[in-house]
Amino acid sequence: MQKLYPDAAAALDGLLFDGMTICAGGFGLCGIPERLIDAIQASGVKDLTIASNNAGIDNEGLGKLLRTRQVKKMISSYVGENKEFERQYLAGELEVEFCPQGTLAERCRAGGAGIPGFYTKTGVGTKVAEGKEVKNFDGQDYILERGIFADLAIVKAWRADESGNLQFRKTARNFNQPMATAAKICVVEVEEIVPTGSMDPDAIHLPSIYAKRMIVGAPYDKKIEFRTTRQREAA
Amino acid sequence: MPWDRNQIAARAAQELRDGYYVNLGIGIPTLVANNIPAGMTVTLQSENGMLGIGPFPYDDEVDPDLINAGKQTISELASTSYFSSSDSFAMIRGGHIDLTVLGAMEIAENGDIANWMIPGKMIKGMGGAMDLVAGVKKIIVVMEHNSKAGDPKFIPACTLPLTGKNVVDMIITDLCVFHRVDHDSPFRLIELAPGVTAEEVRAKTTAHYEEALVAA
Repeated sequence: MQKLYPDAAAALDGLLFDGMTICAGGFGLCGIPERLIDAIQASGVKDLTIASNNAGIDNEGLGKLLRTRQVKKMISSYVGENKEFERQYLAGELEVEFCPQGTLAERCRAGGAGIPGFYTKTGVGTKVAEGKEVKNFDGQDYILERGIFADLAIVKAWRADESGNLQFRKTARNFNQPMATAAKICVVEVEEIVPTGSMDPDAIHLPSIYAKRMIVGAPYDKKIEFRTTRQREAA
Repeated sequence: MPWDRNQIAARAAQELRDGYYVNLGIGIPTLVANNIPAGMTVTLQSENGMLGIGPFPYDDEVDPDLINAGKQTISELASTSYFSSSDSFAMIRGGHIDLTVLGAMEIAENGDIANWMIPGKMIKGMGGAMDLVAGVKKIIVVMEHNSKAGDPKFIPACTLPLTGKNVVDMIITDLCVFHRVDHDSPFRLIELAPGVTAEEVRAKTTAHYEEALVAA
C-alpha cells in the first residue's frame, strides 16, 4: 500500500466534487494544509462547506478559496483579519455557522469517533443554542451539538513515516489532529517522510490508520500573523 | 487616578494563587502575565494547544509553529506541553482550568457577559470565549468602566448577543472592583482605584450592585 503521492493534485484525484464537505486543520495560518488548499483552488471544485477554526486571511490559507468563490459555507469559531470574508458575509454571498472553538474541536473529535451528538454547557443561553435541544443533567442545562463527519479531511503534519504515522510540531498540531479523524478520507501534507520504524512508537501523535494519502509539501515558507519578540538585555 | 491598563491587569493578578492553571484572553488580560507575583508558580494555557506559555521569543528564536491564541509568536518553557485543540478544550470545558481573565463589551448585573458580536458590525466570532466562560472555575472580566462613547458597560441586562449566561465572578475596571460570592448573589463593589469615589462609580454604572467597601 503506497500512501505517498507525487503532489497535491495527485493526492486529491477522484476525491473532490461540488457541494462536498471538507474538514481543514490549522489555527490561524499555523499548521494549515497550504499545498492541498492550492490544489483544491486549482481544481475549481465549488459549493464547498468547510469546517475550519479560521477562514485564513486575505489571499492566504482558506482565504484563497473564498476569493475564488468556491466556498458556500464556513463552519468556524473566529474569522477576523479577513476583509474578503467579511465582504461576502455581509453581502449574503457566504453562509457562516459560528461554532465555539471547543465545540468545533469536539464535534470533529466526536464525529471521527462515531459519536453523532453530545451535550455541552458551552453556548447555553446564547445564539449558539437557538434551535438546539436543551437537556438538564444534575441541575445544569446542556445543549445538544452534532458530530461532524466530512467527505474529506485535509491536514498538515510535521513528519510522517512511510506507513502514515504522524507527528506534529509545537502549536501546529491544533485542529489537525481531530480534523484528520473526522472524514471518510484524510489527505495529509508533511514536511518530511522518514523510514517506517524510525519514529518511537510511543511518540506518535496520530496513528497511521487516519492518513490514507500523503504528500511532502516542503519547502514551506511558514507565514506569521503577528511577529512579537523581546530584546536581549545588554551584556 | 483611575487605574491604567497595566494597573487593571496587576489588580487581576492579585487573584492568582500558587499552582493555578490560567487562560488569559487578548488585550488587557494578556498583561496579567507580566504581573504574576514573584515566587508563585502559575501555568498559562493557550487554547490552540499549549500549557506553559513562555515570554515573547528573541528575534532569532521566532518559530511560526509556536504561537499563542492571539496568533502572536511566543516561546516555550521547560514545563511546556503541546496537545490538540480537542485536548485543549477538554481541559477548559472539563473544569480543569482554575481561572480565566477576559475582556468584555457588556456585563449584566446577573453575571451575563457579551464580548463576541455586534450585529451588523463586528462579525469576527466567539473563538474560545464561550467555552472558557462555560468551563473555567473562576471568570474575571477586565474592561474599561465605560465605553469610548461614555456609556456604562456594567448594566442591568446585556443588549448584545451573549457569550455566556450568569458566569462572571469578578469585574475589574479602571475605576473599581466588583465581586460576588456565588452565582445566586448580587455583585458587590469591594474596591476603588485611588482617588475614585463610590459616588463616581454610582454615577457611571447602571447595573444594580451592593456596596461593601472596606475602609482603607
